[in-house]
Amino acid sequence: MTEHDITLTVNGTEHDLSVEPRTLLAHTLRDELGYTGTNVGCESTLCGACTVHMDGDAVKACTVLSVQADGAELQTVEGLRESGTFHPIQEGFQKEHGLQCGYCTPGMMLAATDLLEENADPNEAEIREAIEGNLCRCTGYQNIVNAVEYAGAKMRGDDSGPGTETAAADGGVPTTDYEVVKIDEAAKMENDI
Amino acid sequence: MYPPEFEYERADSVEHALELMAEHEGEEVELLAGGHSLLPTLKSGLATPDVLIDIGHIDAMTGIESNGEGFSIGALTRYADIDGSADVWEGATAFADAAHHIGDVQVRNRGTVGGNIAHADPASDLGGALLASGGTVIAQGPDGEREIPGDDFFMGMYATALEPEELLTRIELPKMGKNDVGAYAKKASPSSGYPIVGVAAVLETNGEEIESARVGANNIMDHGVRLTPTEDTLAGEPLEAEAMEAAAEVATDELDDVMMMEDLQASAEFRAQLTRVYTKRALLGALDRIESAPPAAAD
Ligand SMILES: Cc1cc2nc3c(=O)[nH]c(=O)nc-3n(C[C@H](O)[C@H](O)[C@H](O)COP(=O)(O)OP(=O)(O)OC[C@H]3O[C@@H](n4cnc5c(N)ncnc54)[C@H](O)[C@@H]3O)c2cc1C
Ligand code: FES
Ligand code: FES
Repeated sequence: MTEHDITLTVNGTEHDLSVEPRTLLAHTLRDELGYTGTNVGCESTLCGACTVHMDGDAVKACTVLSVQADGAELQTVEGLRESGTFHPIQEGFQKEHGLQCGYCTPGMMLAATDLLEENADPNEAEIREAIEGNLCRCTGYQNIVNAVEYAGAKMRGDDSGPGTETAAADGGVPTTDYEVVKIDEAAKMENDI
Repeated sequence: MYPPEFEYERADSVEHALELMAEHEGEEVELLAGGHSLLPTLKSGLATPDVLIDIGHIDAMTGIESNGEGFSIGALTRYADIDGSADVWEGATAFADAAHHIGDVQVRNRGTVGGNIAHADPASDLGGALLASGGTVIAQGPDGEREIPGDDFFMGMYATALEPEELLTRIELPKMGKNDVGAYAKKASPSSGYPIVGVAAVLETNGEEIESARVGANNIMDHGVRLTPTEDTLAGEPLEAEAMEAAAEVATDELDDVMMMEDLQASAEFRAQLTRVYTKRALLGALDRIESAPPAAAD
């Protein structure tokens, strides 16, 4: 099968390579170029572990052919950290315990930064919508939402952002204000229909 | 999970795409737009084309143009671009609302309006919205361009009025009047995000009562359909919740029960019930937009 010459710019570095047309972008990034932070979970566009940025937008790299990405600017999780400093989203995941096994984390971070680059002050519903295409089997999502809020606050230079207060008095253990949500069972059933 | 092998061609223009389609006549050819229906089908082995013609980089087929009367939306315009357009939200609210509800962020960053409509998956969110919005499909083939009214476009499951040698280049949507409102309501599958049923409604009003209504639904029959009994019931009614509820009750009255979609997610009977519920929600959603709009005198 004829191979095609393509150019991919990944995290600012240009790569020229030859690929079979059927090669998925996720595999080119991982196997040809070594950006193994792009995890592959389901390979069927459902889990979001393979999320990268393509020309600035979050996409699932298991559902893009490498030939389609010819000429594109890509960002993977490896490109978040700049000159040895964590990106606010990485710092947020660390401070807010936004991960357990970490498998979903690169995809989550890239879905989150797609949102934060447009809106650094999202509400909880907007954050949950932004990560709707990303599954996490460990955390239950709440700490991921907190991590995104943390990053948003940091990106807009607001140190008093939600979920970032530190209880200095009891030794600096980070605390989070959880909102108690009362579920209206009747309304919930109506929504479930 | 590598798809089976195929040949790949990238088209630079509509003319180039048509040439490539002619060149590969007789072979199994698939057009590649956003790839978010085609790649899953290739990966699962459901489609094994000889050639993919990538139309995804044709500049002339992307973007939203607007004049006083309506929108011309390039086939390659992504759902994210529709959702991000304040103009489309204002002038074709039900369509923007439907695009906003497709899949997830990543899907909306890749999937295209033209690919969605040309693919004609009964479960596509844009089927009902195209019909409710009174949209027209523009196709281009070797003999030039032709217009296909939305109402004549969908023929069945994955079947449309497009000829094999034609491209869907754009769609046209009329702009709603200033007293008109629209909305889309969807019961999404919790696993895939696709609709189990979806209903789009557009109400033309004089500010006090409904002059006419267009209601389109997807994933009920094998292609997008208008819910005419609901439309007829709404004409002349006041802008009140009771009128919406009564009109939603008759949503499925003229649908052929035997042809109703039936799958693991919903039996035909359940789907009919969901259709009435989601018709009501779409109508009430539209009504809400009237109530939340500034009074006409203010503008
Ligand atoms: C995880 C996931 C969730 C999804 N959820 C939803 C959902 O909730 N609602 C929904 O509506 N859709 C959903 N989709 C499908 C998605 O919207 C697809 O993008 C869409 O159905 C096809 O558009 P595309 O641009 O990706 O087309 P492609 O996949 O590139 O093409 C599909 C088919 O259409 C034909 N085609 C494409 N463009 C043209 C054209 N311009 N002229 C003629 N023929 C053309 C091609 O030959 C091809 O066979 C989902 C997809 C995934 C992967
Ligand atoms: S690996 Fe791409 S979405 Fe799961
Ligand atoms: S941290 Fe394990 S899947 Fe999310």
